[in-house]
Amino acid sequence: MSFLRFLLRMDRRLVFVLVALAVVTPLIMPLNLPIEVTQPVRQLHTAIDRLAARSRPVIVSVDYDPSTVPELMPMTLAVLRHCFSKEIPVIVTTMLPAGAGLARDAMETVGREYPNLSYGTDYVYMGYKPGYMLVMLGIGEDFHQTYPSDGFGTPSSELPILKNVKNYDDIAMVVDFTGTQAYEIWIMFAHQKYGCKVGAGVTAVMASDAYPYLNAGQLEGLLGGLSGAAEYEKLIDKPGDATVGMDAQSVVHILVIILIILGNVAYFATRREGHTTQTAARQRGGRE
Amino acid sequence: MVMLAQNFIPPLTWIYQQAIAWARIIASIALFIGLISLVRVHTTKLKRKVAGSQYSYVTLFALCYMMLAGLLTRYHFFVWLHDKSDAGSTGDYIVSVFENAFNFQELFLNIQIPIQATMFSLLAFFIASAAFRAFKARTFEATLLLIAATIVMLGRVPLGQMIPGISEITTWILEVPNTAAKRGIMIGVGLGMSSTALKIMLGIERTYLGMKD
Repeated sequence: MSFLRFLLRMDRRLVFVLVALAVVTPLIMPLNLPIEVTQPVRQLHTAIDRLAARSRPVIVSVDYDPSTVPELMPMTLAVLRHCFSKEIPVIVTTMLPAGAGLARDAMETVGREYPNLSYGTDYVYMGYKPGYMLVMLGIGEDFHQTYPSDGFGTPSSELPILKNVKNYDDIAMVVDFTGTQAYEIWIMFAHQKYGCKVGAGVTAVMASDAYPYLNAGQLEGLLGGLSGAAEYEKLIDKPGDATVGMDAQSVVHILVIILIILGNVAYFATRREGHTTQTAARQRGGRE
Repeated sequence: MVMLAQNFIPPLTWIYQQAIAWARIIASIALFIGLISLVRVHTTKLKRKVAGSQYSYVTLFALCYMMLAGLLTRYHFFVWLHDKSDAGSTGDYIVSVFENAFNFQELFLNIQIPIQATMFSLLAFFIASAAFRAFKARTFEATLLLIAATIVMLGRVPLGQMIPGISEITTWILEVPNTAAKRGIMIGVGLGMSSTALKIMLGIERTYLGMKD
């Protein structure tokens, strides 16, 4: 009983230390756990894999800010690597002010890995545009009017990758990485109004929200959290930060489950003890 | 009503295109309003010397610094300065020092990303602590939630996926009960939005104009 009482009164800083150890230990000593690829991730991979080299471009929308970088950046890089390795033209954009730097960083990081591909011909960075749905609707009407220049100020008309891009008819697919509901807006406008295919990568806590769209066929595929990113890395055979992070996430999940079980055991045991004590006291009171 | 009508009358499509262009301009102006609001809030705090107002100095300094860095980088100011100075000279070296100090992308990657990512990462510690303290099977509904959460947590990580059948159960939870509940909520929200939109268009709902009914 004393152990259970200790659990109930345990200083939360002890929990913090346990979580820190659970995160750090697998990063220092990797467990190399096998990663199982789920269907939504495979669907997105297949959708991109089917696109032909030097075909219509894919829009990669980096709609997240630095707070969700650990989860969303690995999947952005994985999808970009997949597109670049297949020589699928990529238009990188963002609907968030804080996403501009991230979008550029992701594009430049992967761009450096593929020196055979060149900026402006094989990939382009369009920068930040305010107004979410207005930008998405604008692309449907006239891409060049919506984006008169790229993120560095070069006129869009001078960029070979954008020469034949008029609207969504000339876009193979939109893949949105977001920690917000931006993917829903892409579905509403790019997919429903203009018939463009949409795929999404979202944070783990948001993944369950996206399942109705996935089941309805409005999403081509879905990457959920770090595990989604790790699965995609496995599919393209390029292990990255997500694969490394999955060991830590595994251990932390198990730790949280153990904590929940212990918390419940302690709660019920002490409640029963309290109940027994109260009954005995009542019985004693009755006898007196 | 015009926007609704243009959907059915093709000659009116230009109104829609113009509306999109105008709305984008208005959205950009909203950013400036946000900027003005931020400056006003913090200057007021500094004037009133409220508790913690020293942090307003940090906010305003960071705002000005990043704005300056962004403008200098965007308009290639340092490239122009490099062109003006002799290569390898002291002036050129000083320009390089300032160029690094005002490199917008580097400032963003090395200051803002670590700060925001760290703040968000703290959630892991609080979630673990909160789950331990508050996630109790007190009622039938809470027990169901607890069991579902435990299975999904296990099924989403490699260590849990080693347990036979856990992946299949996780997929089923996400695709069947979760999707059913989400669809119900989404349809409810959609109907609510449509009815509110109709009430506004028909003039029944006028509170947004400052009227009581």
